[in-house]
Amino acid sequence: MNVLLAATAGLLFAVGTYLVLQHTLSRIIIGLGFMSHGANVLLMASGHRGIAPIIGVGEESDFSDPLPQAMALTAIVITFGVSALLLALAYRSWILTHDDEVEDDVADRAIARGGHEDKEVSDEETWHEERTEVDS
Amino acid sequence: MSDTLLLTLPIVLPVIGAGISILVGRSRAAQRVIGLTVLSTVLVSAVALLVRVDSEGTIATQAGGWRAPMGITLVADRFSAMMLVVGALMLLAVLVYAIGQPGAERGHVGFQSVYLIMAAGVSASFLTGDLFNLFVAFEMMLTASYVLLTLGGGKAQVRSGMTYVVISLLASSLFITALALLYAATGTVNMSDLADRIGELPPALQSTLAVLLLAVFGIKAALFPLFFWLPDSYPTAPSAVTAVFAGLLTKVGVYAIIRTQTLLFDEAARPDTLMLVMAGTTMLIGILGAIAQDDVKRILSFNIVSHIGYMVMGLALFTLAGLAAAIFYVVHHIVAKTTLFLTGGLIEHTGGSSRLSRLGEMVRTAPTVAVLFLVPALSLAGIPPLSGFVPKVGLVDAGLAVDQHVIVAISLVVSVLTLFSLMKIWTGAFWAPATEAPVERPVQGPGLGGPVLMVLPTAVLLVVGLAIAAWAGPLYDLSLRAAADLLDPATYHAAVRP
Repeated sequence: MNVLLAATAGLLFAVGTYLVLQHTLSRIIIGLGFMSHGANVLLMASGHRGIAPIIGVGEESDFSDPLPQAMALTAIVITFGVSALLLALAYRSWILTHDDEVEDDVADRAIARGGHEDKEVSDEETWHEERTEVDS
Repeated sequence: MSDTLLLTLPIVLPVIGAGISILVGRSRAAQRVIGLTVLSTVLVSAVALLVRVDSEGTIATQAGGWRAPMGITLVADRFSAMMLVVGALMLLAVLVYAIGQPGAERGHVGFQSVYLIMAAGVSASFLTGDLFNLFVAFEMMLTASYVLLTLGGGKAQVRSGMTYVVISLLASSLFITALALLYAATGTVNMSDLADRIGELPPALQSTLAVLLLAVFGIKAALFPLFFWLPDSYPTAPSAVTAVFAGLLTKVGVYAIIRTQTLLFDEAARPDTLMLVMAGTTMLIGILGAIAQDDVKRILSFNIVSHIGYMVMGLALFTLAGLAAAIFYVVHHIVAKTTLFLTGGLIEHTGGSSRLSRLGEMVRTAPTVAVLFLVPALSLAGIPPLSGFVPKVGLVDAGLAVDQHVIVAISLVVSVLTLFSLMKIWTGAFWAPATEAPVERPVQGPGLGGPVLMVLPTAVLLVVGLAIAAWAGPLYDLSLRAAADLLDPATYHAAVRP
């Protein structure tokens, strides 16, 4: 059972890592979902399994460990909230740019081209020019 | 005040304040009063906590009366109490600044309450004695910071906020993984209990866990090679938000590294050499990045990365002197860096831009801002007699004592380069004339150089920085006692599990 869970966690991490390395925002978000699921599965696998841990229904030694379950629940709720925020950001980004690509750091690009004279980071108009310039 | 109250107040009060702040959302003034009241109370209770811990030793309380290791432990030793005091002071000063800065709250009903949630997360990170609770505290702080960073939803904010959220979520997944492995190996997440049980594990497993935790917190602290997100995401937020991120959030990561590496792992398992290498490269790469920039906020952001290296260097030496210097360095750096970022905001406010090529001759147009910049800048570079000088001498001394000449040499070179990068701002913004046409601004007289509520907290932090230098002796002794606590965790264990 534990080997199966460990293998599942490994698979989820592998898929997640692959997706996070993509350049498309939606894939990155899905990849993060996979990764956090992998982490949660690993958390579940870390306690020993057994019957429901309610006092009076059986021997205490047969109980499953409730602590990892509580921790996994907490982690799931947190990941859920942050993923929702991330999706909202992605939607906002799509509305603003009509594009699902993750942008490079604008100032990094400016410096890579050796320019003190280059465009300003915070200035949205020049930023847009810069962007179309790089795209073309 | 009782121990329990002192330990819970810094966490519970901001959370309650955040709730009330939402309820009175219609009145901005009421929200501000709540925010200021809560954070002032937290500051007072943090000072009381520090006084108590320093006189009576480590104190702990068990949430809900569940005894450790079953329940959640809140614990304060000298190091965490010091961090709490400095953190509360920064949060309060920056809140005043944010109220004074036009547009910092972005007219949003949520700003004040989210800020308080972040304060609660920061306090909880310093005070928790439970590794899973540390994860929750981190998430409170980070989730609040996501909102503060992207509030307003402009293009630049969404772009950089995305990087920040993605990398933080990745780090959180890694944190859960580390927790799962730790729990599977030891069956506990209470830090004091973990310290005992990790010692019974095979050495290879211990080292793996140590490196995994170092990676998790290394991302949050922006250590090389995990720092790339920081200079990209910090500069886009309003300067008040960037100041508190720069001053506090990365330092919470440093705190977590110091806490876990000293408490949980013994000498054989600790990745000392790895940390030393990371510290050296972080210093060098960070400062070289800073020199290449042309934007005030970006130079300062790369400077943060570089100076995280100094703190990790002190930790990696693992001597009393090294740790004490690292603790002093963290305190000094939080104050100096926050002041610099607040001044960066003033530069932007007065000069209309944060780009050096568009700024110039501000020493004439805004002399107050020039002073507010120069003092913390020189302090950060470690010029005596300012506050950065003492911990730097301490680090060099501690490094030489254990014959780590390479890292000492790097740290000295980086000090000079820090001075260079900050002088680049000085000459670019204050001394030389602008090289490009400056942004058209209504001419401001040679007054304060900004609204009173922006200048005042910056000036107060500058004075705090000077006070650190003036009382460096007692503060260094306190750092030494805090470092002694960290190296000999017996008092910590005794307080958590009597």
